[in-house]
Amino acid sequence: MKCTKLGYFTDDTIDFPPLERLEKRFVAVAECGQEIPCNPCVDACPVGAITIGENINHIPHIDFQRCTGCGICLGVCPGLSIFMAHRKGDTGWVTLPYELFPPDEGEEVDLLDRQGKKVGRGVVEKIRRLKQHDRTLLITLRMAADLIHAVRGFRRSG
Amino acid sequence: MRLEQHPILEFHRGRRITIDFEGRNVPAFEGEPIAAALHAAGVTTLSHSVRTHSPRGLFCAIGKCAACVMEVNGIPNVRTCIEPVRQGMRVRRQSAEHPPPGNPENFMPRFHEPETVETDLAIVGGGPAGLSAAVYAGRFGLRSIVVEENYLVGGQLIKQTHKFFGSRSHYAGVRGVDIAAILIREARDTGADIWTSSSVIGYFPEKELGVIRNGRYLRIRARNILVATGASEKMISFPGNDLPGVYGAGAIQTLMNVHGIIPGRRVLMVGAGNIGVIVAYQLMQAGVQVAAVCEGLPRVGAYLVHSAKLLRLGVPILTAHTVSKAWGNGHLKGVEIQAVDSRWQPIAGTEKRFEVDTLGLAVGLSPSVELLSQAGAKMCWVSELGGYVARHDEFMQTSIPGVFVAGDVAGIEEASAAMMEGRIAGIHAARRLLGPSTELDSLHREQAAELAVMRDGPFGEKARLGNQRLLKEA
Repeated sequence: MKCTKLGYFTDDTIDFPPLERLEKRFVAVAECGQEIPCNPCVDACPVGAITIGENINHIPHIDFQRCTGCGICLGVCPGLSIFMAHRKGDTGWVTLPYELFPPDEGEEVDLLDRQGKKVGRGVVEKIRRLKQHDRTLLITLRMAADLIHAVRGFRRSG
Repeated sequence: MRLEQHPILEFHRGRRITIDFEGRNVPAFEGEPIAAALHAAGVTTLSHSVRTHSPRGLFCAIGKCAACVMEVNGIPNVRTCIEPVRQGMRVRRQSAEHPPPGNPENFMPRFHEPETVETDLAIVGGGPAGLSAAVYAGRFGLRSIVVEENYLVGGQLIKQTHKFFGSRSHYAGVRGVDIAAILIREARDTGADIWTSSSVIGYFPEKELGVIRNGRYLRIRARNILVATGASEKMISFPGNDLPGVYGAGAIQTLMNVHGIIPGRRVLMVGAGNIGVIVAYQLMQAGVQVAAVCEGLPRVGAYLVHSAKLLRLGVPILTAHTVSKAWGNGHLKGVEIQAVDSRWQPIAGTEKRFEVDTLGLAVGLSPSVELLSQAGAKMCWVSELGGYVARHDEFMQTSIPGVFVAGDVAGIEEASAAMMEGRIAGIHAARRLLGPSTELDSLHREQAAELAVMRDGPFGEKARLGNQRLLKEA
């Protein structure tokens, strides 16, 4: 498998939501294409949009039409491997789970892809701390719309 | 250097005290081990090798190796990684030309008729396996004693900042450090007696253990024994591998996540299995730079979700690379790695050098089977399980009736598996004393089924095959 050589999930292993769903509102994207025994996302989703099936090793499937973009699964996933994306016109947003020292809201940051390579600049639009997320933060980054499938990290430039 | 802040953890430091290190006052906090206080004060050379006099530093930080043994208040060979500091403690390095002073009578345990304590279940090791066994046996009224050689209970869970995988019954989504707190509370609630700073030094038939507790020798006469002693970190050979600054990855976690002391400023990690990748990520979390992770295999062994977290922070993982040498004068200064071909031969011209003050080794674990082997349990070599393990049946019972195993000592696997095996051992200790019952049998079936499901995925393959081989031999 190409992914185990590289250490991350390549685009061809990820189920991306269709454009019209991305334009409606935030939608969850799972990057979890390897069978590991894990299922907290299924229990956490308030609308039952995530399914794994009988075998706990199976890969989660997200029903994009049912997903409301609430972000609860992002902070529950032990692997920090669920993200949210949204786009409107030329502007795009990515929300990611985060467990390092946080940046400030409004801060400009370097946007990084899955390999940690800089792909552009963006702004930290919002940081959410939910009690049920137990110290995992949700950070929403604003960026150019065409970057939402590439950006999965950021680096503070200051 | 001490961490004041951490995005996930809070460090509850005790009273500020002072210890004496070779005539110099070193500040320390009550509740931390000697080796940690010395690290915070910049002392990383804790001993010297007897033959070459080369400096040695902390390696395992959980009392399994001898790299940190020092002379404490005139007593030689004290494992300073699991010995808590006390006000005015005198600590010095020992070496061949530094023999311990004074009369051995001052530190040799005195011989006396040992007190004997009786229990239903003696558990050796207070990690996830041992504590889970205490909880399950305790539910059926068994009295258990958990003997833990560290002064802290919880095994390796206490240094895990990440949320665990699995399902709800295995505390999925809960951070390892919090699972430890839950298990300790549950074990105490079900009546387990937890003895910290207590070392089992030998097994005597029929089911007696010799224990040193608070410097005093005593015996436990047990109706059942569970050996849940865990595992120790493996080492690989390269010039400079014994320099202070070269740590087992677990030691870095202990210093950083339990005691809030970072090992250095810039780190190279060896091994891209789960441990190497998780510890590299935790270093970034604590604000330490990670130069890279290198891995001898041509692929990442860790869960991809773990390695993906690290890569998107900008830390490269170099597969098919191994360490060729490390150097430094008294402490690590740099490391050279080299690409290897499919037969693990270094490829000339591919050397890369890193200026790092810390090297983490996450190159596998060996089950800590010494007690089982001394007890005469039938052992066998199962490479999938990490080396020598005791033969055991599906109830986790070894070839000695009433002596059980669970956790990494029964085969290297995850903490979730350790908890399930511990539960199974606890259930069967109860079954041996109380006889079969539908409740015990259905609990066993439930735990065995969950374990089987967990091992059913691709990551469970090694454990599945290893345990199949073991059952055939039993």
